[in-house]
Amino acid sequence: MSESFLQVRDLKVHFPVRTGGILIGQYSPLKAVDGVSFDLNPGETLGVVGESGCGKSTLGRAVLQLIGATDGTVSWLGTDLTSLDKKELIAARENLQIVFQDPLASLDPRMTAGDIIAEPLRNYRPAMTKAERRKMVAGMMERVGLLPRMINRYPHEFSGGQCQRIGIARAMILHPKLVVCDEPVSALDVSIQAQVVNLLMDLQRDLGLSLLFISHDLAIVRHISHRVLVLYLGRVMELADKASIYATPHHPYTQALLSAVPIPDPVKERAKERVLLTGDIPSPLYPPSGCVFRTRCPRATAICADEVPQLEQAGAGHDVACHHWNT
Amino acid sequence: MSTVLEINHLTVSFDTPDGAVQAVNDVSLLVEEGECVGLVGESGSGKSQTFMAAMGLLADNATVSGAIHFEGSNLLTANEKELNKLRGERIAMIFQDPMTSLTPHMKIGRQLAEVLIEHRGVGKAEARKQARAMLERVHFPEAERRLDMYPHELSGGLRQRVMIAMALMCEPAMLIADEPTTALDVTVQAQILDLLMEIKDSLGTAIVLITHDLGVVAGLADRVAVMYGGRIVEKGAVADMFESPAHPYTQGLLACTPRLDEDITALVTIPGQPPNAQSLPGGCSFHPRCTYVTERCKAERPILETTAKYRAKACHLDALEAAE
Repeated sequence: MSESFLQVRDLKVHFPVRTGGILIGQYSPLKAVDGVSFDLNPGETLGVVGESGCGKSTLGRAVLQLIGATDGTVSWLGTDLTSLDKKELIAARENLQIVFQDPLASLDPRMTAGDIIAEPLRNYRPAMTKAERRKMVAGMMERVGLLPRMINRYPHEFSGGQCQRIGIARAMILHPKLVVCDEPVSALDVSIQAQVVNLLMDLQRDLGLSLLFISHDLAIVRHISHRVLVLYLGRVMELADKASIYATPHHPYTQALLSAVPIPDPVKERAKERVLLTGDIPSPLYPPSGCVFRTRCPRATAICADEVPQLEQAGAGHDVACHHWNT
Repeated sequence: MSTVLEINHLTVSFDTPDGAVQAVNDVSLLVEEGECVGLVGESGSGKSQTFMAAMGLLADNATVSGAIHFEGSNLLTANEKELNKLRGERIAMIFQDPMTSLTPHMKIGRQLAEVLIEHRGVGKAEARKQARAMLERVHFPEAERRLDMYPHELSGGLRQRVMIAMALMCEPAMLIADEPTTALDVTVQAQILDLLMEIKDSLGTAIVLITHDLGVVAGLADRVAVMYGGRIVEKGAVADMFESPAHPYTQGLLACTPRLDEDITALVTIPGQPPNAQSLPGGCSFHPRCTYVTERCKAERPILETTAKYRAKACHLDALEAAE
C-alpha cells in the first residue's frame, strides 16, 4: 500500500549561500533538509514539527517539488517527482495541493474569492463550462463554511479565518490525494484555530486525503496527526505513531520540546518537570558535527560529536536517531 | 500587599475616518505588589491598548477616560515629563517583537547603559558595568563580548533577554510584558518564561502578562482577567479560573485550545468570529457566539459582578455552572 503512495527517501535540499569572497563568490551549502526519509499512507496525517529554521517548510515544498531537491527521491504513486519535467510535474500536481500559513498573502488581492477557488478548475478541467464551475465553487464554499453569496468578494473583505477557508477551498476543489498544510492555523486566533482544524479533519475524513501537516504547535499536531516526524536542523530526530511519541518520547530533543509546551492547567503546568534546553538552534550553515542536536543536548557525549546517529527502531512504529535513547 | 497599579473605569476610543472605534470599555483592574496578572484575549480584544494607555503610548487619535493610578499619580493626567520619569524607572514594558523594539544601529551595551544615564545620571563606565551585570542577571551568555554587538547579530531569544535586561535596569515596581514569547520558538519561550518567573520571585517585580496563550498564563500568572470586545468578561485567581471558568467565553476558549496532555476527539469551537470594535453587538458583546444566549443577553449588557474575592464575571446566566 505505502509502496505506491508517497515515499520520500534521503531527501536533501541544499541552498548555496555566499559566505565570502569579494570578486569571486565563495559559496557554502545551507543544508535546509538533509537526508529525510518517510512514508505517507492514503488517508493518513503526518505531522511535521520543529522550531523555526528546522527545515519543515522546505521539506513540505520539496515534497511538492515547489523547491527542487538537491538529492534523494520523492516517489509519488510509483513515479519519482524529482525526475519529472515541468509538464509532467504540472499534470502530477492535480493531486498535490498546498495550504499556506499567511491566509491573506497567499490569495491574489485582485481576484474574487470565486475566481481564486475556481482557478484549479480552469487549469485542470478546461472542458468545464462557466456555470458548472460556478456551481462547484459555490458547493465548495459551503463545504468549507463560507457563504456562497460571498463569491464575488475580494480577499480583503474577509477575516483571517475566512481567508484561510478560501485557501483550503482552493486546495480541495480538485479532490486531491495529498495536501501539504504549512502552518495553516498559526496566524489565526485561538477560537478560529479550532474551527479550521476541525474543518481540515472533516475534509480529510470525507475526501479520504492524506495530509502533511507542518506546524510548530505540538498540541495541534497531537490532535490532528496519526504519526509525527520531529525535525531539527534539517534532520529527522524521531518519527513515530502519535500515541507512542507523546507517551514515550525517546529523543532528548522531543522530550525537551514536549516539556516546553505550556499546558493550560495551572496545577499541571506548575507541577511538571521540564527539560530546559540552553541556547538557540545553531546556524544551519554551520551545523555541529555528528548529531546536530548535541550542542544543546543534556545527554551528549564524545560519540555524538563523531558519529551521525541513524534512525533506528525503538519500538513498533517508533524510530529514533540518537546514540543514547536507550541508555 | 499594597497596590501597585489601579485602573478604574478605563475607556479608550479611537477616532477614525470610519467613525469611533471603542477599543477599551470600562476596564477596572488591580495589580498588587509582586504578583503576576495575566490579561488574556484574542486579537482586537483591547488587552494591549489597556496598557498602552497606562504607559501613555496611545496613538494621537485616541480619547481616554477613567483613571490609572500608579504609586500615587494618575498616569492619564500626568504630563510627558512626569511620565518620562516613571517610564523605564518605575514601570517598564517589553513587547512581542524584540527586533523592532531595539534600536537597530546602536550597540546593545549602549542601549542598556542609556537607561541608567538617563534616569540615574550614572557615568558611562559605571552604566556599562551595570549593563553587563544585568545581562548576566538575565542569564545572557558571554555578556561582556556581546555588549558591543548590534541587535541583528543576536537571535530572537537573546534579543528578548536584552529587552528584559533593559526593562529591569532601574528595578521597576512593575513590568508590563505584551506577548513576550509569541515570536519565539517553544524551547526558547520556556527559557524566557522561566526568567520572568525568577524575576517575579527574586526581585518582587509585579508583572502584567498580556497574552493570547492560556498555557503561558497557567504557568506564570497569579490572577487572570479575560477580555472580549474591549471589556473584561471574567477575572479571578488563576487556579479558580481554570478549574471552574464561569463565563461562556472563557469556557469556550479553554475548550477550543488543543491540549498536549490529553487526547480530545473533537475540538469544541466557538462559532463565528471575534467582534469588530467598530460595530460591537448590542447587549452582551459575546451574545452572537454564545451557546446559552437569551433575549436578555441581546438587549441588556451584563455588568461585571464580583462573586467572590478576586472573582468577577459579566454574564446574565447565574445558573450556568449549575446547568453544567
